Amino acid sequence: MELIELKEINKVYKIGDIGVHALNNVSLIIKKGEFVAIIGPSGSGKSTFMNVIGCLDQPTTGRYLLEGTDIGSLSRDKLAEIRNKKIGFVFQGFNLLSRATSLENVELPMLYNGFSAKERRQRALPALEAVGLKGREKHHPNQLSGGEQQRVAIARALVNNSSIILADEPTGNLDTKTSKEIMELFVKLNTESNITIILVTHELDIAAYSRRIIKFSDGFVVSDEVKKSMEHGAR
Amino acid sequence: MINVPSTVKIAFRALRVNKMRSALTMLGIIIGVAAVVTMLAIGSGASKMIEEQISSIGSNLLMIVPGSTSAGGMRMGSGSQPTLTIWDAEAILKECPSVLDVAPVISGTCQIVYGNQNWSTGVFGTTPNMLNVRDWPLASGRPFRDQDVRSSTKVCLLGKTVIDNLFGSIDPVGKIVRIKKVPFTVIGVLEPKGQSLMGQDNDDIVYVPVSTAQKKLFGTLFPGMIRLIMVKAKSLDALAKAEVEVTDLLRQRHHIVHKQEDDFSVRNLTQMFQIAENSMKIFSLLLGSIASVSLLVGGIGIMNIMLVSVTERTREIGIRMAVGAKTWDIRLQFLIEALILSLIGGSVGIAIGVSGATVLSAMAGWPTIVSPLSIILAFGFSGMVGIFFGFYPAYKASLLNPIEALRYE
Repeated sequence: MELIELKEINKVYKIGDIGVHALNNVSLIIKKGEFVAIIGPSGSGKSTFMNVIGCLDQPTTGRYLLEGTDIGSLSRDKLAEIRNKKIGFVFQGFNLLSRATSLENVELPMLYNGFSAKERRQRALPALEAVGLKGREKHHPNQLSGGEQQRVAIARALVNNSSIILADEPTGNLDTKTSKEIMELFVKLNTESNITIILVTHELDIAAYSRRIIKFSDGFVVSDEVKKSMEHGAR
Repeated sequence: MINVPSTVKIAFRALRVNKMRSALTMLGIIIGVAAVVTMLAIGSGASKMIEEQISSIGSNLLMIVPGSTSAGGMRMGSGSQPTLTIWDAEAILKECPSVLDVAPVISGTCQIVYGNQNWSTGVFGTTPNMLNVRDWPLASGRPFRDQDVRSSTKVCLLGKTVIDNLFGSIDPVGKIVRIKKVPFTVIGVLEPKGQSLMGQDNDDIVYVPVSTAQKKLFGTLFPGMIRLIMVKAKSLDALAKAEVEVTDLLRQRHHIVHKQEDDFSVRNLTQMFQIAENSMKIFSLLLGSIASVSLLVGGIGIMNIMLVSVTERTREIGIRMAVGAKTWDIRLQFLIEALILSLIGGSVGIAIGVSGATVLSAMAGWPTIVSPLSIILAFGFSGMVGIFFGFYPAYKASLLNPIEALRYE
């Protein structure tokens, strides 16, 4: 049983009378512990791919097996449950709750799986520490720098022990130095905690941190390269 | 699995962020609930007053007065024909099964003197049954008995107003008063009853035995003539039946043939008051429904603001959905917000309504009663308004597409 297995995934959006083919016969396997970068020009289908992988969207045709579970047949609430337990999201715009502290932001996913307030705190504090934000628990997002906000988002993605982190342009709003720090955090999580990381980017030097690069164009997978060397590129 | 305490905390925070907006939204509910509570208080106060007045004349009562005479085409008022006798009263008690008790009355206004004080008041000659008919207990002393009626004893019972005017603080029982210069011994004092519905003072009254009244105070055209008969029916339901029985009996006793008019008339006092009470109830129901309309408008205000809030917080909803919020997590979040708005509004409204009712009864002298039931009702109703009008925005929020919600700017 693979972690992620896609079989001939098609996703068609209807815009007026025209069907837009966002994904075309995408078939691939992502194993546990991989660090994958998805690249491609805008409109190539990489965001749609991420939405499908992240169980935010369901394919029009084809089968998506996440740890053996067929995602295509699940209800809204079942999908929410899978997102909660198995997938952590990191977005370009951070997507933190602006009125909540960083600690509360990290606690957010646990609000929806029945942890008590005490358990939530007990798990959120180490998660914040793991991303290097000890002492920043009571800060609100607007009191944090972009890099720190993205760390809060990563801590939120980790806190439910999700095995997959889906990062959609995580460095898009960050400067070069902070981008490097965030990418190194991803690498650390990948190598030390064996967390599967799937990253969408259009910057090649960001993609270079990964060990496998999948390139999308017009909804097709045009290339899928695993780096021969296990060394990471742009250290 | 839904985490209610945290959801409540989130809701309070969301409402605090827009303090002014939340307060204005609550205002609609506050006004509505306050209006409902005040109206209910006024309504139940008014019907309580009427109830008290019904019990002040006695419950389940019929009043029989003689009919009118006509002489040479001129018709006199009712009671002008001396047709009722004390034996009619006795016959009614004996022969009408729906009748519980009967008291005849012969009355007039007399000057009554004690020491150097005097007072003009209504003197009623009656039988001991009167106190039972009018549900009127004594405050002190003893009632007169059948024996007093038989032997025309010169004893009397006094109402509170009479005592206040003649005796002041002296205990009247055992003292001698003069009614039309005839000495009477005061044997009992009636409990105060207050005003009647027509504003008459119930306590400005003297009861004497009917026979004594006929012989010593009011001359009668013929022995046994009385001015009215008060009849108490066995129950409220038996009242209509009693009316028919009394009418039939008196027609028979007065030899009235088929098409001839009655020479007496039967008045159903309780029914009159009940009509008044019913119209009061309808009136307060009407006020209540007008007040409910403002509660409805308040509810629509909540729905409006919640819809705005859902739109504003689309991105937040998207984030929550992405990290695993289910349909009911989102729905409950917004429902609880609406509920908090309406319940806080409801509580403030109840407080204002209760004080409004208190101020009204203090300033305008209206009797108001705030019943616990009306408070529970108002609170429950505002909660229902919150849930009802909060549901659509919450439903709308829960149906958002997480991808689009996350992208929402």
